[in-house]
Order: sequence, then structure tokens, then C-alpha cells
Amino acid sequence: MPQQSVNQDSFDDDVPDDAPAPAAAAATTDALDALLDEIDGNLQVNAEQFVRSFVQKGGQ
Amino acid sequence: MRILGLETEYGITDPADPRANPILLSSLLVSGCRAWAGEKTTRWDYGGEDPLMDQRGVRRPRTHVIPELLTDAHEFNAKAGSVTLRRRRGSWEDPAHLNAVLTNGARFYVDHAHPEYSGPEVTNARDAVVWDRAGDAIALQAAAAYAEAEGTHVSLYKNNVDGKGASYGTHENFQVRRDLDFDVLARRLTAHLVTRQIYTGAGRVGLGMRGEQPGFQISQRADYMETEVGLETTLRRPIVNSRDEPHAERKYWRRLHIIIGDATTFDVATFMKLGTTTLVLAAIEADDARLDALTLVEPVGDVQRVSRDLALREGLHLADGTVASALEVQRALLEIARDYVAGAVDALVIARWESLLERLGRDIFETAREVEWVAKLQLLGRMRAKYGTATAEGETRDAAWDDPRIAASDIVWSQLGTGLSARLAAAGQVERLATEDEVAAAITDAPRDTRAYLRGAIVATRPDIVDAAGWSTIVLDRDADHGQLEVVHLDDPASASHPLIDELLRG
Repeated sequence: MPQQSVNQDSFDDDVPDDAPAPAAAAATTDALDALLDEIDGNLQVNAEQFVRSFVQKGGQ
Repeated sequence: MRILGLETEYGITDPADPRANPILLSSLLVSGCRAWAGEKTTRWDYGGEDPLMDQRGVRRPRTHVIPELLTDAHEFNAKAGSVTLRRRRGSWEDPAHLNAVLTNGARFYVDHAHPEYSGPEVTNARDAVVWDRAGDAIALQAAAAYAEAEGTHVSLYKNNVDGKGASYGTHENFQVRRDLDFDVLARRLTAHLVTRQIYTGAGRVGLGMRGEQPGFQISQRADYMETEVGLETTLRRPIVNSRDEPHAERKYWRRLHIIIGDATTFDVATFMKLGTTTLVLAAIEADDARLDALTLVEPVGDVQRVSRDLALREGLHLADGTVASALEVQRALLEIARDYVAGAVDALVIARWESLLERLGRDIFETAREVEWVAKLQLLGRMRAKYGTATAEGETRDAAWDDPRIAASDIVWSQLGTGLSARLAAAGQVERLATEDEVAAAITDAPRDTRAYLRGAIVATRPDIVDAAGWSTIVLDRDADHGQLEVVHLDDPASASHPLIDELLRG
């Protein structure tokens, strides 16, 4: 079967779309890494004190 | 159609002053909410509450309960649809700054030491998501007004634990038929409440009430459930809460109050939490005996067992002597629930339920855009690798679960506005069910198909004559010969019409 028709099949409506495509998985990885880089500076400076000072009263 | 509602207690801090009094912060936040709402708000009517009535038919003597349960005045009037008169009382009875009833039918107020948004009554799980998201947006508006008035900031967290032993809740309310035996209801619902966390859990860093052991678990609330059925909500917390306060015609209805659920920032998690439970309740109301095959031998222990079982394989002992995993219990519940689909939203719930269970059984990370604990585990897993250290053997060891950077990220995950979950959503990594337009409309507008419409609309159009409002009352203060307040009773939550309110709304 030519490669092209396999690719077309993957766009058919009855193909389950719940398994993430490789491209989507790579985008997720990039998004997570970008987010981790973004918060890195704050975490290195503040994390321990922040955790210690997050104190709440019990509720319902 | 089933009436539902969702309440969220937010964590609250002043980042510049960690020792600030949370009750004061919460009161000032409600003031901020009132400032944001302007004229279009009213105070809360405590008239109809009866928090000491137990679903199991007994009423606790007032001297036998902890003081926090005493939230009621001593009036209960079940005259459905009627208008009664009430003497004016001193304004000290409800300090306005502790409550704001809003035009979207919600209540924003101080509960214990937390700000709480109690969403309006809705008729389906999708609407519950829309008005829950609206609540988060309103809380942020209140925080902005607070910052303007006070010159300092508050941070709000949609989570349930502080990691030091305190827990605060996110409560679901479901209207169920009064003729249902409460013990049967509790028994048949328990297996669902214990196992649904595999797709509704928000994820938590730390094991034990105080996070005594390092680790990650599925649910925020699991370690705080201590009994099967009970009246309390702040200690000895039960899987099924038995407070019997229907906020509706007592002869016909119960309001099932569920406190085991996690606060969720993922639409799909919120949707499934309410949607699946609605369907299981339909099966219980139909007296479906297939549910009895899912009776758990040790439900309280199982809540924690399931929460710690990230592989979703642990066996739970059933009363008939067999063993089933949480996934298997959920598959069985799904098969039963298929017979109770009563509308388009139910059908969406079933389709998603089936899909989620299939993917969770194959590879949990396939659900990372929908299931909050999986998304959190995925992000924090990458973070542990990023902050890993090299061992003597030249390998890399992941950062420990009790590394402060990991623990801090678990807290920051749920921060309203700028938290990690919000940032993931902004980066397109979280599936949304409610559109931004729907959420924006729900900030100001009430659902049109429940009594919340009457509450919201009268507050929006005639705040000048509204003295207070509650779930089942609107109290009017008009010039009248009798010189008293008029209490409009809205004892049917499913009715968006009342002759007097309709007339006032027509102008």
C-alpha cells in the first residue's frame, strides 16, 4: 500500500483520536519544559520558605 | 433532570505576611467581592437552615455538637411558593461583609477561615463546570478589588490541603428523592465515591494528613476521610455526609451533600465528578440491585488504598468475597449507568467515562489533558528529573518527592490566575469543556432553568428592594402597610418562576 493512502486513513473520522499523535506528544514535552524553565528561578530562591509558610486553617 | 450544585472553599494567603489572620483576609476578600458587584448584591438569609438535622432521621441536640455546626436561626417554613411576613431584626445578625449574594445566583462568603464560592443550582454537570469556572473568575475579581482597597495582595488556591494537617473542602450537592432510604443510598453510592478519584483526583504531593511520608497520591482529600457516614464536615469527615438540610420541600427531597471530592481546576475532572455521580444516583433511585455486588468491605481504608495506587492495580475486597481494582469497579458502574442516560449531557458523560477508563487502563499519561492528577504527576515527574542529582555510579537520581521545589509546585499548581494548572491551560495543554464566552456570561448571569434565575435576576434588577436571599428564600423590604419584611419561599429548586418575583422582574 502506498505511504500516501496510509496517511489519509489516519484522518478518517472513525479512527479513534484518543491516542495522542507523536507531534502532539512532542508539543506537550516542549510546553512542559518551557513551563519548568519559566518557574525555575522562583523555585530556586523561595521554595522552602514558601512551603513552610503555606499554612491554612481546617475547613469543612 | 437533577438539581446539582458545587461549593469551593479556597485556600487564602497574604504572600507578604504569612501570619495574616485568614478570617480577616477572607472577610476583606468578600468586601472586595461586594465592591466589585457594586449595587447588585445582597446579604445572606440564614432563615431556613437546619444544619443539625441528620439524614438518618434524628436531630442532634444543640449541646451535643461542635459550635461550628450552629449556623442556623430557628425558622423553617415549608410553605412552598408562598410569601410570609417576618419581623425586622437587628442588622447585627448578619454582618454584611461576610456574605455576598450575586447576580449569577451564587453566594460568595466566609466559611470558617476560608472564602467560599457556592455556585448556583444547575441542572447538569456541564453547567456545573461553567458556573464553577465563573466562581474562580469572580474570586479573582474580588482579589483585584481587595488589592485596590488594601494596598496588599491575597493569593487564592483551589486545593484542599496545606500539607500541615489542615484540609478544606469542595462540596457537591445533589437533589435526591426523599422516599429513598438513606442507609441504602449511602451503601450503594460508597463504591463510586471511593473509586471515582482515578479520574476526578487533583493529585497531591505527600502521604498522610501532615504529609509525613514523601510520595505522590491521586487525591487531595483521601487522607482526611475517617468514617463511612456522619454529620460532621470539619472532623471525623465521612465518605457520605448525612446532614439533612434539603433547601427544598422536605416531604419530597433530600439534598445529598458530598464532601469527599477534590477541588479541580480541570474541566473534564469537574464534569466527570458530577456527571458520573448523577448517573449512579439515578441507578440508586431506580433501586438497581446490581449495585450491591460492588459493596466494599473496607471503604474508608480503600479511599487511601486507591489514592496511593498510581498503577491502578490494587485489589479492593468486595462483600461477596471477590476482589476488584478501582478501574474494574468503575467499569462495572459504567455498565450499570448506561441504562440511566436521560439526556445529551448524560450521553457525553458515558462516552467520556468509557474513553477515560480505557486509556487509564492502557497508559495513564494518555489522559494528561483531562485528568488532573495525571497532568500534575507528569509535570512534577519532569521536574524531579530536571532537579535530579548524579550518583557515584554515574546515574541520575530524581529529586525526592519531599524536595521543597516539588512540594512548592504542588501548592502553586492550584493558585488562581497564575498557577501551574492555569499556565498549562494557557499553553493549550488542558482540555476545556466550557468556552471563555460561556464563563464570562456566567460571571453575571444565573442559570435560566432553576430558581437561581429568580435570585440572580432580582438582585440584578431590583437590589433596592431585596433585604437578603438564601437558597430557598428571597426576602423583600418594600413599603407596605404591614411594615414587615416579605419572605418569598422558593421551595422547588427546579422552578425558575414565582408569581411575585416574576411580576417584580416585569417592572
